[in-house]
Amino acid sequence: MEGNARRPELSDPKTAARILVVDDDAALSEMLQIVLRQEGFDTVHCSTGEDAVQEFRESRPDLVLLDLMLPGRDGVAVCGDIRAESGVPIVMLTAKSDTSDVVAGLEAGADDYVAKPFKAKELVARIRTRLRRFNGEAGADTLEIGDLTISVSSHVVRRGPVQLSLTPLEFDLLLALAKRPRHVFTREALLDEVWGYRNAADTRLVNVHVQRLRSKVERDPEHPEIVVTVRGIGYRAGEPTA
Amino acid sequence: MGLRQLWWGSLPLRVLISTLGLSIVLMVLAGVVLLQQATAGVVAAKKDASLNEAAGVYAFMQEQLRSPDNRGVAVHEALNRLADLADAQAAQYRVVIEGPTSRLVSTGIRAESVPDNLVQRVESEEGMFITPTEVVFTDPETTPEPGWAIGTSLVGATGERYPVYYIFPMTTETETLRVLTGAVAGTGIALVAALALVAYLVTNQVVRPVRRASQTALRLASGGLGERMAVRGTDDLASLAKSMNRMAAQLQQRIRELETLSTLQQRFVSDVSHELRTPLTTIKMASDVIHESRDALDPLTARSVEILHTEVDRFDTMLADLLEISRFDAGAAVLTLEDTDVGMLVQAEVESSRPMAESLGVELTMDRRNRDTTALVDPRRIRRILRNLITNAIEHAEARPVKVTVAADRHAVAVTVRDRGVGFAAEDAARVFDRFWRADPSRTRIVGGSGLGLAISREDARLHQGWLTAWGRPGRGAQFRLTLPRDPDHEFTGSPLPVIPVDDDALEVRT
Repeated sequence: MEGNARRPELSDPKTAARILVVDDDAALSEMLQIVLRQEGFDTVHCSTGEDAVQEFRESRPDLVLLDLMLPGRDGVAVCGDIRAESGVPIVMLTAKSDTSDVVAGLEAGADDYVAKPFKAKELVARIRTRLRRFNGEAGADTLEIGDLTISVSSHVVRRGPVQLSLTPLEFDLLLALAKRPRHVFTREALLDEVWGYRNAADTRLVNVHVQRLRSKVERDPEHPEIVVTVRGIGYRAGEPTA
Repeated sequence: MGLRQLWWGSLPLRVLISTLGLSIVLMVLAGVVLLQQATAGVVAAKKDASLNEAAGVYAFMQEQLRSPDNRGVAVHEALNRLADLADAQAAQYRVVIEGPTSRLVSTGIRAESVPDNLVQRVESEEGMFITPTEVVFTDPETTPEPGWAIGTSLVGATGERYPVYYIFPMTTETETLRVLTGAVAGTGIALVAALALVAYLVTNQVVRPVRRASQTALRLASGGLGERMAVRGTDDLASLAKSMNRMAAQLQQRIRELETLSTLQQRFVSDVSHELRTPLTTIKMASDVIHESRDALDPLTARSVEILHTEVDRFDTMLADLLEISRFDAGAAVLTLEDTDVGMLVQAEVESSRPMAESLGVELTMDRRNRDTTALVDPRRIRRILRNLITNAIEHAEARPVKVTVAADRHAVAVTVRDRGVGFAAEDAARVFDRFWRADPSRTRIVGGSGLGLAISREDARLHQGWLTAWGRPGRGAQFRLTLPRDPDHEFTGSPLPVIPVDDDALEVRT
């Protein structure tokens, strides 16, 4: 792999992040793999929706790049299947950014999406953001939000003794809010903070993921106490009660 | 004016008023004729009856006067007795007898009740005469009544004549006629009212289906193609309903065909655009990869890669614009409205276009006339319009200044973008918004554009209920003006900025 030569920090194959590319277009799949390998990632490919979950179980990738339009089992269903058994970051590739497909994909558990045609750099940036974690940042290791306790370094969220299962993205979203307890985040600010979008992008990303997060952390998602909506502005963290 | 409008505003009202007017005239005429005939008949009958009665009474009186009982009595006394006898019949008639010394008048009436011409006639001629009269009563409270006066002369034993007058008041007949008049009037009014009601009901029967037809037609016109009329019976109205329904069905079918055709067309454009995206992504990534390593290539190949790279980007823009247009065509474009400071959007777009302006040697200035330039708009779309107008102006400015002006009034916010470049012919002002329109086909393009930019801008402006207009003259430049309502739900009638630039002066133009 010539990419490894240029990026010595990722030269060790054991530490290189593995990406599962699920796309039925042979040329695009190959091109994606070329670019990703050049950037120092390890790639696995799968061309049908039916095999995607099996391939996912075997290769245990660090991130899934999933085309929404697949023959047979479509991307949204595959996305739901993978999400059912893992919190692995999923980035969707879509040709229709304006349709309900995107929302359906996000609701099925995709973390982010890239609309075709995209630039290689743009895609790589999206992937890196999803692989990046809040590591070694200054500040308290334990944070309170509502009646939840977040252990930052161990990526664990607890309600009393019960551990809540969050995807890395949901964890990042919760952490972003918890780190600045009294701050009201606009959707654009959260897009920047959690998804790494410098310019305002699709705020549906925030809306869908806040809903998903609430369904996991709120006692009553209809009356949220952890992720509180501030009308006309955005969201803020619930007051610590513990 | 108001009455006129009212008159022509409602068919039932018109029919009702016409029917009422005409039937009142007819009823009055009929009533008058009827009453005249009735009166004439009653009066004639009374005349005959009165004459008969008078003849009988006269014969009796004459006999009494000549009877042996009265022979010894003074004439005066005899006449008095006769008058008393007549008084006993007061309900039917009264008498006035001219006695030798005095006049004998029945109680209740006055002597004036006997008309003078009758008196003269009786005095001068022999026989019985009848004439209509006005019966005057002694009681001043009682109004005079019409009646018949019959005059003749009683002949005394000695042959002297005593004029006697019988007065028959038509009290009963007048009463009868009064009641009859009341009955006729009452019947007339009732008939008129009934006629009006009938006219109203009948008109309604006609008007209601016509109104329903009109409403149905309106609903059809506003897109309710499934709208149909209920057909009842086989009359003219039913055939109107049938024709309407047939027309609606034809229209619906035709529109459906066209819609299907247009949907197919739009879906085809949309599908093609989407299908092209996957290979384009691959091409784009491949070109990126080669482009990254162009330093290692020989100059010709490196230049080819650069061209490939920019053209792939241009292709990308065109495809995106094509998709956007197909979205407008499909009516799928929706506004996401926010309270936005349009002036700030202009400022931001001017700033982001500055590098491009500088690279082409164009001086780009902005003039903000009002402080409050907020409007309820979709900022993403407005930004796109502004970007299109500004880059378009810079592109065609030929290194001369470009000026962007923002102004607002109570109802609208306007932005003009003025360049002093090549411009275009006045008649092209509307065509510049056509898809893929080029001012000068031979002109080389400096900046890549899809040729759909202005078309999309126009659609975006329309979506906001706003205007996008263009002005241009060859060699004198062009001005594009965007006018947006402060609130898309509230129409505006004028733009705060003129469409023709105030600074346009043909003398200024260098060639």
